[in-house]
Amino acid sequence: MAKLRKEFSKGIIAENPVLRLVLGTCPTLATTTSVESAIGMGLAASIVLVCSNIVISALRKVIPDKVRIPAYIVVIASFVTIVQMAVKAFLPSLDEQLGVYLPLIVVNCIILGRAEAFAGKNPVLASAFDGLGMGVGFTAALFLMGAVREIFGAGTFLGTGVPFLENNPMLIFILPPGGFFVYGILMAAVNRLAEKKGKPRAELRGCEACPMAQSCALKNADKEVAE
Amino acid sequence: MTKELFSILLTAILTQNFVLAKFLGICPFLGVSKKLNTAVGMSAAVIFVMALATAVTYPINKFLLVKNDLEYLQTIVFILVIAALVQLVEIILKKYMPPLYNALGIYLPLITTNCAVLGVVILNVDEGYNFIQSMFNSMGAGLGFMLAMVMFAGVRERLESCDVPKFMQGLPITLVAASLVSVSFLGFTGIVENIFA
Repeated sequence: MAKLRKEFSKGIIAENPVLRLVLGTCPTLATTTSVESAIGMGLAASIVLVCSNIVISALRKVIPDKVRIPAYIVVIASFVTIVQMAVKAFLPSLDEQLGVYLPLIVVNCIILGRAEAFAGKNPVLASAFDGLGMGVGFTAALFLMGAVREIFGAGTFLGTGVPFLENNPMLIFILPPGGFFVYGILMAAVNRLAEKKGKPRAELRGCEACPMAQSCALKNADKEVAE
Repeated sequence: MTKELFSILLTAILTQNFVLAKFLGICPFLGVSKKLNTAVGMSAAVIFVMALATAVTYPINKFLLVKNDLEYLQTIVFILVIAALVQLVEIILKKYMPPLYNALGIYLPLITTNCAVLGVVILNVDEGYNFIQSMFNSMGAGLGFMLAMVMFAGVRERLESCDVPKFMQGLPITLVAASLVSVSFLGFTGIVENIFA
């Protein structure tokens, strides 16, 4: 039980996918223009993450090692399709807000990354808790970004006006540059906190964090260029 | 007709830039933009794969999926087609065009799970573009990606020699720099409509 709690809680703060591992940057920047769409994106990705972690973990002894990445992608894409259809049917307004980013959960590095790093090697229950923790961490980070951007950019929080800012919204925060800016400042704050606790700063790992890293020669290419 | 195609092309490159306005392909944008030549190689590979993926998925979508009422399989089919296509291209290039393989090959596996490629294919379907419009949109998306990558590689090379406050070093200052590059692209808003008005 203690182990399961550890798998769950590591994704929320210590290994938060967005703020510590710097994964899933595209949806983080794109869908945080309002709290509502940020939470919607976070929940949709979490559902896919938990379900795909469970199925991949259950199939881990059946999937041959050589074709595991395509197999993972098929499992993930199936769940994304299910979530996509459910959102289209029951929450059409959210579907409109998320647009193309909903099907793009398929290529979210967090999900493929967890499949490769955890679910492919661990039992079902642990993988489910790992997925749940990562999903909660992802949703929390998105909520934070969405709250900052909506409060400053639109002067509202979940649609209700915020005093003073309501009449003086800073539109730039909900425009694309605001996304980069808020994420940058948030990363600076998180790095500062991490340093105080003696933890390493979150760095952009670029390729190393990518699940394709092993089969990709780009890492080595970058080194060659440097030399 | 041509007017419309150029409007699609310029919109994809400037006003709706894939990286700076739509946030697609952020991972390579932040990860591979440290050196100018890797940035150019990566974006050339992205343009190539985007054009190819559009050319292949368009007929599959139109003649296989839509005809049989299987549109809901688009996400699965597209990602698998792109993944298989990238592998195939890699093998063919390695065997028959070694110089091109040496230039682009190393970037190809990375592109399979790049959201920009799947994104452009899905957007083409969502917008209801025909084949030629889809191709122009993909080319524009790829060129816009290249423009953003090359510009940002220049910004980052400058950044290396700057005295950045300690708490902003690394990723935070890179993101804030990206924010400023993105502001410059906001300036293009409305320009395309006016050129072709």
